[in-house]
Amino acid sequence: MNFELTEERQMLQDTLRRFLADRYDTKTRNEILESDAGLSADIWGQMAELGIIGAMFTEDQGGFGGTGFDLAVVFEELGRAGVVEPFLDTAILGGGLIAALGTDAQKALLDDVIGGTHHLAFAHGEPTSRYDLSQVQTTATANGDQIVLNGRKAVVINAEAAGTLIVSARESGGVGDEAGISLFLVSADADGLDLMGYPMLSGGRAAEVMLNDVSVPVSARLGAAGKAYPAIAERAAAASVALAAEALGAMETATRLTGEYLMTRKQFGRPIGTFQALQHRFSDLLIELEQVRSAVINAAGHLEREAQVRDLNIAAARNLIGRAGRLVAEDAIQMHGGIAMTQEYELAHIAKRIIMTDHRFGDTDYHLERFIALSAA
Amino acid sequence: MDLSYSPEDIAFRDEVRAFLDAKLSPEMSGKVRNGQELGKAAHDEWHTILNEQGWLAPNWPSEYGGCEWNAVQKHIFEMECAQANAPRIIPFGLTMLAPVLQKFGSDAQKAYYLPRILSGEDWWCQGYSEPGAGSDLASLKTKAVRDGDHYVVNGQKTWTTLGQYANWIFCLVRTDPDVKQQEGISFLLIDMDTPGIEVRPIILLDGTPEVNEIWFTDVRVPVENLVGEENKGWTYAKYLLTHERTNTAGVGYSQAGLSALKRMARAEVSNGRPLIENPHFAARLAQVEIELMAMATTNLRIVSMAAVGQAPGVEASMLKVKGTIIRQEINDLARRAAGPYAMPFASESVEGDNAPIGPDYAGPVAAQYFNNRKLSIFAGSNEIQRGIIAKVKLGAMG
Repeated sequence: MNFELTEERQMLQDTLRRFLADRYDTKTRNEILESDAGLSADIWGQMAELGIIGAMFTEDQGGFGGTGFDLAVVFEELGRAGVVEPFLDTAILGGGLIAALGTDAQKALLDDVIGGTHHLAFAHGEPTSRYDLSQVQTTATANGDQIVLNGRKAVVINAEAAGTLIVSARESGGVGDEAGISLFLVSADADGLDLMGYPMLSGGRAAEVMLNDVSVPVSARLGAAGKAYPAIAERAAAASVALAAEALGAMETATRLTGEYLMTRKQFGRPIGTFQALQHRFSDLLIELEQVRSAVINAAGHLEREAQVRDLNIAAARNLIGRAGRLVAEDAIQMHGGIAMTQEYELAHIAKRIIMTDHRFGDTDYHLERFIALSAA
Repeated sequence: MDLSYSPEDIAFRDEVRAFLDAKLSPEMSGKVRNGQELGKAAHDEWHTILNEQGWLAPNWPSEYGGCEWNAVQKHIFEMECAQANAPRIIPFGLTMLAPVLQKFGSDAQKAYYLPRILSGEDWWCQGYSEPGAGSDLASLKTKAVRDGDHYVVNGQKTWTTLGQYANWIFCLVRTDPDVKQQEGISFLLIDMDTPGIEVRPIILLDGTPEVNEIWFTDVRVPVENLVGEENKGWTYAKYLLTHERTNTAGVGYSQAGLSALKRMARAEVSNGRPLIENPHFAARLAQVEIELMAMATTNLRIVSMAAVGQAPGVEASMLKVKGTIIRQEINDLARRAAGPYAMPFASESVEGDNAPIGPDYAGPVAAQYFNNRKLSIFAGSNEIQRGIIAKVKLGAMG
């Protein structure tokens, strides 16, 4: 039994925490949130240089990490600082899929990804698929040595910054079948590819991605035809570990800000943290935080296990964190009062990050259903 | 015990419905339903429509242009308006300041200000909270010093809702710093065009400029703008707050929100079936509806008490706490129902003339969820309300 971080991960955590404390303060983040790009290329480059992107790939893949615990360490820090840059999308989803399924030629792209000069986006969800990973209506049709893609992808995060999109499309089977789904590397400048971009409530940008007769060579297919689903499910699991850890870090910040506020804000002649009603609520947040930390450890520690065990632990973590996250975000705002309702105060952004993690790769209810189904399996 | 409305009540309800059918445009109700910003022009338009009908001021005595409705009729009107997604009536002049003027104002003040409130000529805002005086309102520091025929006002107010549209503000100011806090406060009416007033917008976490900071630097206010007596402002403020705390349950808003939520849940598909048939979602939806059904009856019980002249006491606090919990739960369910399409930051500036990013109902739900965190914070936070309930009820037992 050992719950200490390895020396390498401890160093990674220390480095990242120091960097973000120095370089990602509220003012900087608010400037990024207001910017047209919705991300800082400068910060991205510096973090790539620090090895943050590399930490999300294994040594075989050209990185120096890549396990569940590596993801958890990085994303807890990203969450703590309220980072909006698309590490999940470029590294874990896009990069991870190329690393898992790519040919050597395709994997050559990873050097630039890890180096911070090439962004990726995973164009998978569709307007009516909600959180169901196997609902793919976008079609891939062979036409000589080309494959033609048609369909619409919904809320594709980082699509505008991406040099390459990883697009899922169906080559066979019905709309909800796991079999028959393929992945394709589509260059951002491909003919027939249209993006309608927009900012997101909790920062960053996404786009609706329209594919109208987008033609790609057969060599753009990632992995075997119609067999991409297991890799998609594995990366969705990795994304859930990252989101869970991000929520943990953000909840730690929310709790810290609340505690500091309770001890400095005075009403009725004394710090409001001396009122027992608020003390008890604050204590509840700390208790929940410990549960969340353990749930993240459970999820991260099972990421490399077989799908059923992996997904059971991940569903448990996401459900618990969805509930605890809502409590922490709402109570932190409530205990602050009006000040936390203002856009410029740090907690407003942090609370949005916590709540909006509940809208990626399954919400609290989705993961409850998953847990029940997987428990019975 | 009779849970149904009388035939007269039903006739009144039908009259209200016919009015809303005829006068509330689909554009306006659509904007309200989708949680879009209305802006001053639309609020003014609705204000005028109600005034022409004579239904703008249900709580005013008829001598000032009120409509003499009984408590049940007022309730029916509020519910029907909320369910029809009529714009909310901006309360600062009509339901906050007016009762204070009617009870404590001079004849000249009543004659000047009340008609201007009805006509919409004046848009009032509320100058109560300060950066250091929130829940502890009596600790306010904005000071007014008498100088001949004027008070000179210096200080800062905050969380001033829609202050950007207002041409008048009613303020609590400190006129005597040397006595017990509550005994040195006065109630002043201030023209927003007076030199020395600066309005600074506060952008809320959903991106809206709904509230403001109001700064006062040597603002000269004629002494005739004092309401009642100097240093008695706290009494008037408390009187105003009791009016602010009527209809705190927001039952009509919750019912409109629940209807919208059910429409969403029928349109969204989860596992190949409508979300409303998903057992977990359906259970959560049912729970909040069960709470709301009971709350509606609690609300009616208090309306009935008021109808026979019993003023609500701690019940107003109870309704506020429970009512806001229910409204916020509906907002949370709506956010979940929208799924991934809750993530885009939808606004007119983003979408322009384009079609909405996802389903039209999905755009505003996450922003509304965050914006309505205010419900449990403003108008006496739920913690303050719980304190009032405990103080009154335990105080009676000790």
